[in-house]
Amino acid sequence: METKKQSAENATVTDYIADKRPLLFGLGFGILFGFLLHKGGVTKYDVIVGQLLLTDFTVVKIMLSAVVTGMIGIYFMKSLGWIKLSLKSGSVGMNIIGALIFGVGFAVLGYCPGTIAGAIGNGYLDAIVGGLAGILLGTWIFAIMYPKLKDGILQKGEFGDITIPRLLKVNDWVVVLPVAALIILLLVWIQNAGL
Amino acid sequence: METMLAFFTDVSWSPYVVGIGIGILSWLSFLISGKPIATSTTFARAGGMIEQMIKGEKVAERAYYKKIKLQINWQWMLVLGVVIGSFLSAILSGDFKVGVWVPSLWVSAFGDSAFLRVIVAIAGGIILGFGARFAGGCTSGHGISGTLQLAVSSWISAIFFFIGGIITAHIIFYFIA
Repeated sequence: METKKQSAENATVTDYIADKRPLLFGLGFGILFGFLLHKGGVTKYDVIVGQLLLTDFTVVKIMLSAVVTGMIGIYFMKSLGWIKLSLKSGSVGMNIIGALIFGVGFAVLGYCPGTIAGAIGNGYLDAIVGGLAGILLGTWIFAIMYPKLKDGILQKGEFGDITIPRLLKVNDWVVVLPVAALIILLLVWIQNAGL
Repeated sequence: METMLAFFTDVSWSPYVVGIGIGILSWLSFLISGKPIATSTTFARAGGMIEQMIKGEKVAERAYYKKIKLQINWQWMLVLGVVIGSFLSAILSGDFKVGVWVPSLWVSAFGDSAFLRVIVAIAGGIILGFGARFAGGCTSGHGISGTLQLAVSSWISAIFFFIGGIITAHIIFYFIA
């Protein structure tokens, strides 16, 4: 009886730790991500706005090389059955109107949600006092308006959580390889153009 | 050993090294946690949690908070980690900023008033936060993690993030300034 009770207690402790383990991995991935964002210079307003003014192509270089690297690995692991994709469903209303609103905020603030966390770590006070407060307010306003938006504009032109290969009804690699080649060509072109 | 150390104390790395690093990080995040790197929902959760502290439990009943769930989860810890990781890199490379309110590019166009910069940053943050939740993701969730999975929603979003951003930045720096 005693041992049974003991093992039940142990089980809850192990459950508790198992429960927290994903959080620790999240923290670890975040630390690495933040470290890389700072090393890339994208925790800085000047670099991000420089990209939007088309005078500094650091952001595009980082994003495209992350996408090409990530895509090949993710589709490789998917084809082996190691992972499942995690796709966001979308609509014309969400992904065009919402993204344009985001773009305006991106330029006005000069940081995005990931890079502002990096900018805070980097010590920028406009990010901590201004940007963070603004983002919290903006997402809160969205939460309040959500019941009205969800059956209206967010649904306009809904297309679900599809990938480009599924949309075109082709094998994944028929899209992955040309997209990878195009991204690499684009990066070479950007580099050679001295951007 | 010294070059190894210099690598970590360098203020910046090649954008290609950083990008490939983030790409590899996305493999590990899928493989180990089964999740893509994303950040913007955390701000919505944090805002809801703050409101909950002020107004009490009933806040969690709001439709959007029921959908995203007001709790500290994997992504919440990731965002916290980004702050820590950037801080570590900044400290190691002597790039941690103390008392910097106004970025230099902003100073060159609008002067060094911290008040003006903070007001504009709050306004920009509101638009950004609203837009991120409207679009269902941000530059990381859609722009990197979604596009690398070839999600249609993410490619459209990423393209329109930049269309909106490029037009607005040009208006701010070439018309208003």
